[in-house]
Amino acid sequence: MSTATLAPANDHEHHGPPRGMRRWLMSTNHKDIGTMYLIFALVMLFLGGASAMLIRAELFMPGLQLLEPDLYNNLVTNHALIMIFGAVMPAAAGLANWMIPLMIGAPDMALPRMNNLSFWILPAAATMLMLSFVVPFFPGGGSQINTGWTLYPPLSLQVGMSMDFLIFAIHLLGISSVLASINIIVTIFNMRAPGMNLMQMPIFVWTWLVTAFLLILVVPVLAGGVTMLLFDRHFGTSFFNAAGGGDPVLFQHLFWFFGHPEVYVLILPSFGVLASIIPTFARKPLFGYKSLVGSMIAIMFIGMVVWAHHQYTIGMSLAAVSYFMIGTIIISIPVGLMVFNYIATMWRGSMTFETPMLFAVAILLMFSFGGLTGIMLAVVPADMQYHDSMFVVAHFHYVLLPGAVFGLFAGVFYWLPKWTGNMYDERLAKIFFWINVIGFNLTFFPQHFLGLAGMPRRIIDYNIMFTEFNMVSSVGAMIFGLSHLLLLYIIIKTIRGGKPASARVWEGANGLEWELPSPPPFHSWTTAPQIK
Amino acid sequence: MTTAEHGHHDYYIPDASPWPIIAMLSVFLLLCGTALAINDVGFGIWLVVIGLIMLSVMFFGWFGDVVKENLTDCYNAQVDRSFRQGMLWFIASEVFFFISFFGALFYIRNIALPWLGGVGYLGATNELLYNQFTAQWPSAGPDNVGGGFTPMGAWGIPAMNTLILLTSGATVTWAHWGLKINSHRQLVAGLGATIALGLLFVILQAWEYSHAYHELNLTLNSGVYGSTFYMLTGFHGFHVTMGAIMLMAIMVRAMKGHFSPHNHFAFEAVAWYWHFVDVVWLGLFVFVYWL
Ligand code: HEM
Ligand SMILES: [Cu+2]
Repeated sequence: MSTATLAPANDHEHHGPPRGMRRWLMSTNHKDIGTMYLIFALVMLFLGGASAMLIRAELFMPGLQLLEPDLYNNLVTNHALIMIFGAVMPAAAGLANWMIPLMIGAPDMALPRMNNLSFWILPAAATMLMLSFVVPFFPGGGSQINTGWTLYPPLSLQVGMSMDFLIFAIHLLGISSVLASINIIVTIFNMRAPGMNLMQMPIFVWTWLVTAFLLILVVPVLAGGVTMLLFDRHFGTSFFNAAGGGDPVLFQHLFWFFGHPEVYVLILPSFGVLASIIPTFARKPLFGYKSLVGSMIAIMFIGMVVWAHHQYTIGMSLAAVSYFMIGTIIISIPVGLMVFNYIATMWRGSMTFETPMLFAVAILLMFSFGGLTGIMLAVVPADMQYHDSMFVVAHFHYVLLPGAVFGLFAGVFYWLPKWTGNMYDERLAKIFFWINVIGFNLTFFPQHFLGLAGMPRRIIDYNIMFTEFNMVSSVGAMIFGLSHLLLLYIIIKTIRGGKPASARVWEGANGLEWELPSPPPFHSWTTAPQIK
Repeated sequence: MTTAEHGHHDYYIPDASPWPIIAMLSVFLLLCGTALAINDVGFGIWLVVIGLIMLSVMFFGWFGDVVKENLTDCYNAQVDRSFRQGMLWFIASEVFFFISFFGALFYIRNIALPWLGGVGYLGATNELLYNQFTAQWPSAGPDNVGGGFTPMGAWGIPAMNTLILLTSGATVTWAHWGLKINSHRQLVAGLGATIALGLLFVILQAWEYSHAYHELNLTLNSGVYGSTFYMLTGFHGFHVTMGAIMLMAIMVRAMKGHFSPHNHFAFEAVAWYWHFVDVVWLGLFVFVYWL
């Protein structure tokens, strides 16, 4: 820019943040927007958690106690959508917003106003999601959503008005994700400090690059799918109606073409967090940088062509199921490779176990377990038995909670001192870790047995022979759910004060983000750092 | 501003802006209103109207700010690259939106319909439910949903529309050449021709729809053929309309002399978008109309 007079709008660079609500509502600052993403995700975590605890309370005993079947189904649907789209993805986007510019030496995200739009669409989408939950309770509101998060027709064609709110909520969530992904890709390609080439970027940045690609490729397909649903519901098209020549299974293909890559969208950013944490606390450089990048790229491509392993029971040809089975099993190779790289990073390191590292170790153990049950599910004849049972629920909670959510927790503990300038309370955080992890295993481990013994998922009642394991699971769920109050307390306490954090925070930490003071100045790298 | 000593400082970071939040409110009203309106809740339509008005104001305001910033030289080459890359990835996401509909078309023609017709391992559907049905394309399914119809031929209006869109792709490129050699007249004439061709396309498409509805009994409700036909051509037509509006905005800016041979991202973005719409049409022509 040449002279000051031509750019009056830019003179704020010499001051701090804008005052009052303007700072948040109209933000163009990657850190403020990142903070809003994280707070939003935390709120959603509690909403989704509340619905999960209601579900588990109902399942504590056989028979109907608290809920009606319709409300139960509505809660199951809402829980999944809130957690995936409201909690995990926004939290990961919050980390991306905060950390990517710091890590690559950029002054901000490439398109700051669009960045704010990506965030602010989320509260609107979440409101529509909640509306889809409550609309049936108003007169003329129609029936409750009973499809589960997969929204399969023909059931989803029969639900009342709330399904339309849900469809539009998904459109909004999709727009938000696509815009955020565009911003992240452009930031990574165009905003790196001079001298930093792609193979010098922290793995966290790489994971988000791959995640953003996946989102741009698959979210529009989901949007197309739910648009067809909308037209079948209201405008007389026959996409999913066999009588008109369509096929309900078509929706499943469109959904899982999005849905399977989506699981990598959920775990990859957290795996990126691990790549930052493990070298720090093992005090060793990351093992196998290139193979991590290669694995991710392989996951991205293979991940887009294995979707029908969610549909083994629909009646595909032998060739098709064989292909999807082999593809699915092959994809666990790059996923496993990432895990082995992290283990090799720890090998003979001088390790200490601060809370982020505790989470990291727990993630590797428990995620791997979920990966193993995934391979069981990938085997067609076996899945014919497991499909739609509690075993699947156990599988995906073992991959998703450790793989995605715990990774985000680990990242929050790891970077909270950087963000706030204060150390969190290590003792409380460790207590949180243990309650959280034990509660998690107590909740979901018994569900493997339940599933193998034949208990179906998404059903409010069950045979009395399943009672004991369900009781254990429900008790675990209460412990697990309530433990997050401690997380909230720790975070608030850290924001309000604590031992001042140094710029480097952790003894073994490496990377550009640690070169800036804690907390970093309002505008990050106003001077591009030198890359050696 | 003292930028000389800073490496990155010349990357323009806009000041706090009201437009994103207005955009959020407008799409929220628009979509809530639509959800209510399609369920016959009366006030829904008002939310739609308010949402649309806010959305237009937002586009004017937001892009107006961008234009202002551009004219006051806020943007350096790096910012320009961000815009370009952003537009390309946006178009990539649009491509995948269309892929979902093309995918549906291929799936229905090659997998779902043959099943209903009794072919393959799921042929039992035919035996048990739809005994008289033979699979063929076009089809309105075993129940002939929507009643008998005549499919849309490829060599009438659609072929003409193909020519029109291809020509418009050429005229927009000609306009770009004009811009590059700093010929204002060629730029404006090229844009004008492109817009005219785009509008002609939309008018012919509308005429074709009306013909289909009134004479061919081919409607949105004509089974899967009607569904895929109208959804694919409809979304495409919507994109052409958007593209034409964008071209008009660009033409106004071109007439005001906003573009120079070296600084015309907005022009190029719209031209890319136009080519994208063009390519989608070729897919439509081959797979929806012709084959
Ligand atoms: C080793 C790699 C993995 C394999 C082989 C695998 C395999 C499978 C299979 C075959 C199913 C379908 C089960 C059924 O419905 O009958 C499934 C379900 C699921 N998986 Fe995995 N999976 C793997 C990793 C993951 C990861 C990393 C995530 C998420 C982070 C994940 C999330 C899910 C979810 C959410 C479902 C259930 C979706 C639903 O029906 O609602 N999986 N997995
Ligand atoms: Cu999957």
